[in-house]
Amino acid sequence: MASAEQVAEEAERREIRDRWLLSAPALIIIFLAASGPLLIVVIYSFLTPGPYGDVVWKFSTDGWLSVLMQRDIFDDTLAFADAHLSIFWRSISLSFYTTVLTLFFGFPTAYFIATRPPKTREVWVFLVTIPFWTNLLIRTFAMQQVIRNEGLVNTALMALGIIKQPLQIMNTDAAILFGMIYIYLPLMVLPIYASMEKLDFRLVEAGYDLYAGRWQVLRRIIFPLIKPGVIAGSILVFIPSLGAYVIPRVLGGGKNMMLGNLIELQFGAGRNWPLGAAISITLMVLVMIALLFYVRNASGSQGAHG
Amino acid sequence: MAKRPFDIQAQPGFGFMALLTFFALYLPIAALVTYSFNTADSLSRWDGVSLRWFISAWHNSAVQDASVRSLVLAVSAAALSTIAATMAALATTRTRPYPGLTFKYAFINQPLMVPEIVTGVALLIVFSRIKVWTGYSGLGYLIAAHTAFCIPFAYLPIRARLESMDLTLERAAADLYATPWKAFRFVTLPLLRPAIIAGFMLAFVISLDDVVITEFVKSGGQDTLPTYMLGQLRRETSPEINAIATVFLALSVVLVTAFYFVNRRKP
Repeated sequence: MASAEQVAEEAERREIRDRWLLSAPALIIIFLAASGPLLIVVIYSFLTPGPYGDVVWKFSTDGWLSVLMQRDIFDDTLAFADAHLSIFWRSISLSFYTTVLTLFFGFPTAYFIATRPPKTREVWVFLVTIPFWTNLLIRTFAMQQVIRNEGLVNTALMALGIIKQPLQIMNTDAAILFGMIYIYLPLMVLPIYASMEKLDFRLVEAGYDLYAGRWQVLRRIIFPLIKPGVIAGSILVFIPSLGAYVIPRVLGGGKNMMLGNLIELQFGAGRNWPLGAAISITLMVLVMIALLFYVRNASGSQGAHG
Repeated sequence: MAKRPFDIQAQPGFGFMALLTFFALYLPIAALVTYSFNTADSLSRWDGVSLRWFISAWHNSAVQDASVRSLVLAVSAAALSTIAATMAALATTRTRPYPGLTFKYAFINQPLMVPEIVTGVALLIVFSRIKVWTGYSGLGYLIAAHTAFCIPFAYLPIRARLESMDLTLERAAADLYATPWKAFRFVTLPLLRPAIIAGFMLAFVISLDDVVITEFVKSGGQDTLPTYMLGQLRRETSPEINAIATVFLALSVVLVTAFYFVNRRKP
């Protein structure tokens, strides 16, 4: 005779089993076409490049070594690979500038939306959402229309007589930066708006009653309260910027590569799959560091506010 | 100024910055759309308004091919990912924490954490091997890849909806001798429908927009509309690309607007 306890235990075991079965299709598809292949990338980073791409199954750490170093072809000494270092630097610095500048424009925009009357507020949010859901490639291409030599900016400046020769913006780091700011701006505005919407303006009023100025209210009251939104927005901008591929390819031309383009190069013309795999993992580690930073800060700021 | 009542919400310059930002958000799109109506052969001249490039894009067989492939892919991936995500959402909500629950959350959201380019090369490595072994190089690889990265997007609204529903109605159904399947079919599913539609639409848009992963997974001659456009951008572009982009853009706006209304009409 099974006791009531045993029956309950059995029922619970069955429920857990059913829940695993129910989630199995999603887990299996993600394992087969996302997580699993990532593990293979780790293995490939320790193999030897094949002559026509792909790999030879022979252990080697050269892939990892050449992420940052290069071997001298004459005396086999190691030196830092300047080309790779400059690409790492470009990726990290451009992502940083993108984050700072989207914050600079995104914060006032979110503030503006949050202080509209509820009815028009929805319209403004919708106006931010539309570019957010528009194809990234199309928006990159749209940016190209503005900054190319015969584009909007140059045509306008020349018509006004400010410049005589078109400014060469395309195929520079500045073009990539403009593109990334343009494309990732909604990712900054939306989370800041989400925390701004919950802001209790009676606290602001209290600040003014206590003789705070506009700047003090902004810095001491509003900013600390919406900090979670600012951190979330910064992470949402920084992470995709770091892994950007389409924007530098279209706006930066062949020379101004970022990490994403360096990875692609190794799997294409570079024919060095292990190096490409090693850079991919490095990129992933950088992203994980940024995420950990976010998790730590997000939980910290929640604790501070109760 | 002094006569105006003190507005505690006002911050000097913020309104101006915001309007400038909105202007900057829409200016490039406006330029793109305007140039799609250009009659001239290249983007460097403006010869007047016509539908010339829309017509030429419509008759371009490469564009037709790519559009059909994009739609087939997006519908298949959205359907499969929505089914998988609905099942996963049912399995991970309305329960006491059980062993593996946190793991499931992390695993389902994993595609969101990894840069697309990394997933792209990972799939290139694995799928190129499988293509050699099996000799099959059809659309299946793209459907599998798209389904995987669409699952977290489809999962999001469905999970959110389930978490706001308690089990009262399902228990009532069970009391009235409904089998678990009948309770699901006639109670849970109708309540969940708006969220499932929202999840499907999100997945559809995400699949339709993807360029990076598709670029690495596709076999020869398997261009989707975004990868076709990316390939064309390498060359001197004609306003035909603008025309394609404008139609694509219009489609996105329609979908987002529809999504917005589906999501807003909460029962």
